[in-house]
Amino acid sequence: MADRITLQVTRYRPEQEAEPSVQEYEVPLHKDWAVLDGLNHVKDHLDGTLSYRWSCRMGICGSCGMTVNGEPKLTCATFLSDYAPGPVRVEPLRNFPVIRDLVVEITDFMTKLVKVKPWIVREEEKPLSDGEYLQTPAEMDEYKQFSMCINCMLCYSACPVYGLDPQFIGPAAIALAQRYNLDSRDEGSADRLDVLSEHEGVWACTFVGECTRACPKDVDPAGAIQRYKVTAAMESVKSFLMPRGDR
Amino acid sequence: MSERSERTTSRYTEFYPELYRSPISIFWWLERRSYLLFVLRELSSLFVAWSVVYLLLFINAVRQGDAQYREFLDWAASPWLLVLNLVSLVFVTFHAVTWFNLTPQAMAVRLRGRRVPRSWIAGSAYLGWIVVSAFVAWLLVGA
Repeated sequence: MADRITLQVTRYRPEQEAEPSVQEYEVPLHKDWAVLDGLNHVKDHLDGTLSYRWSCRMGICGSCGMTVNGEPKLTCATFLSDYAPGPVRVEPLRNFPVIRDLVVEITDFMTKLVKVKPWIVREEEKPLSDGEYLQTPAEMDEYKQFSMCINCMLCYSACPVYGLDPQFIGPAAIALAQRYNLDSRDEGSADRLDVLSEHEGVWACTFVGECTRACPKDVDPAGAIQRYKVTAAMESVKSFLMPRGDR
Repeated sequence: MSERSERTTSRYTEFYPELYRSPISIFWWLERRSYLLFVLRELSSLFVAWSVVYLLLFINAVRQGDAQYREFLDWAASPWLLVLNLVSLVFVTFHAVTWFNLTPQAMAVRLRGRRVPRSWIAGSAYLGWIVVSAFVAWLLVGA
């Protein structure tokens, strides 16, 4: 194994260039180095002006998503040795506007996420003295997979629908809505229905399935969306048959 | 002021950076194999629609009597229609296979509290396909 590998990193410095350019850096190639370690080496030893997001280095914080050799990846969980002898292309996440170098603008995702109320909604809170809301392991299994989402936005980067139609609420937001809809303690599914059953909600999804392939936590957002389509369809049939019924 | 106006290519604003939005090529669907397969699956719907129209034309010809039926058969034997139907067969098969394979992702079936394995859901779709095909084959050949 060669002891060095070249990173071809997208640079974008809005104060001096109108379009991104590519800069090459040669970094040590260690067996246990992830792409993020390579970038940190650049930042610490070669070029302190390189900008990118990262935090936990262990696939939990969801900050370090970038496009590595064309694929959306968590750079902390993507090893340089898998790309040897290189070069390795490191670009910002696709489908998001770029602020600088590898840093993308994520306000769009943050506003969409809040719209689906990704928290437990109760019509009435029990008093604390009544104790916790209990749940069986089987009830937890219903939503556990969707609760693994770390908001890394790789699914948005992989989704051509979101790329072409930025109004689409997107894979992670829908998967997280399902995480709470399927939670036995939650009573907010009717609130979420209004957002999810809009044209830009689940129905904008054409089931490309790339979100599920890109997901580093096996959340399967594509599955969540298709399952919600069934729910949304049933709800609209119900409201058609029983217009005055309780939703 | 003069320094700023000289930098005509600059996209930097003092209080907020100028964002770069990368344009999406109209050939985005050629960039990945999975995107291409998706677009082909969407395209296959046209051929599914054609198969339905062809079947309706066929039924109509049968309904109208012997002469019409023979006329339909002659028309159906024309080379361009054979080619079209062959291409349609390929696309309809592709359509069926891709959607059957996606079924388990869209359905979470529970039986006695346990999640039914994904292979069972897709398998039952294929089984249904085989049973119906066998029935049609029996109608054509056996009966």
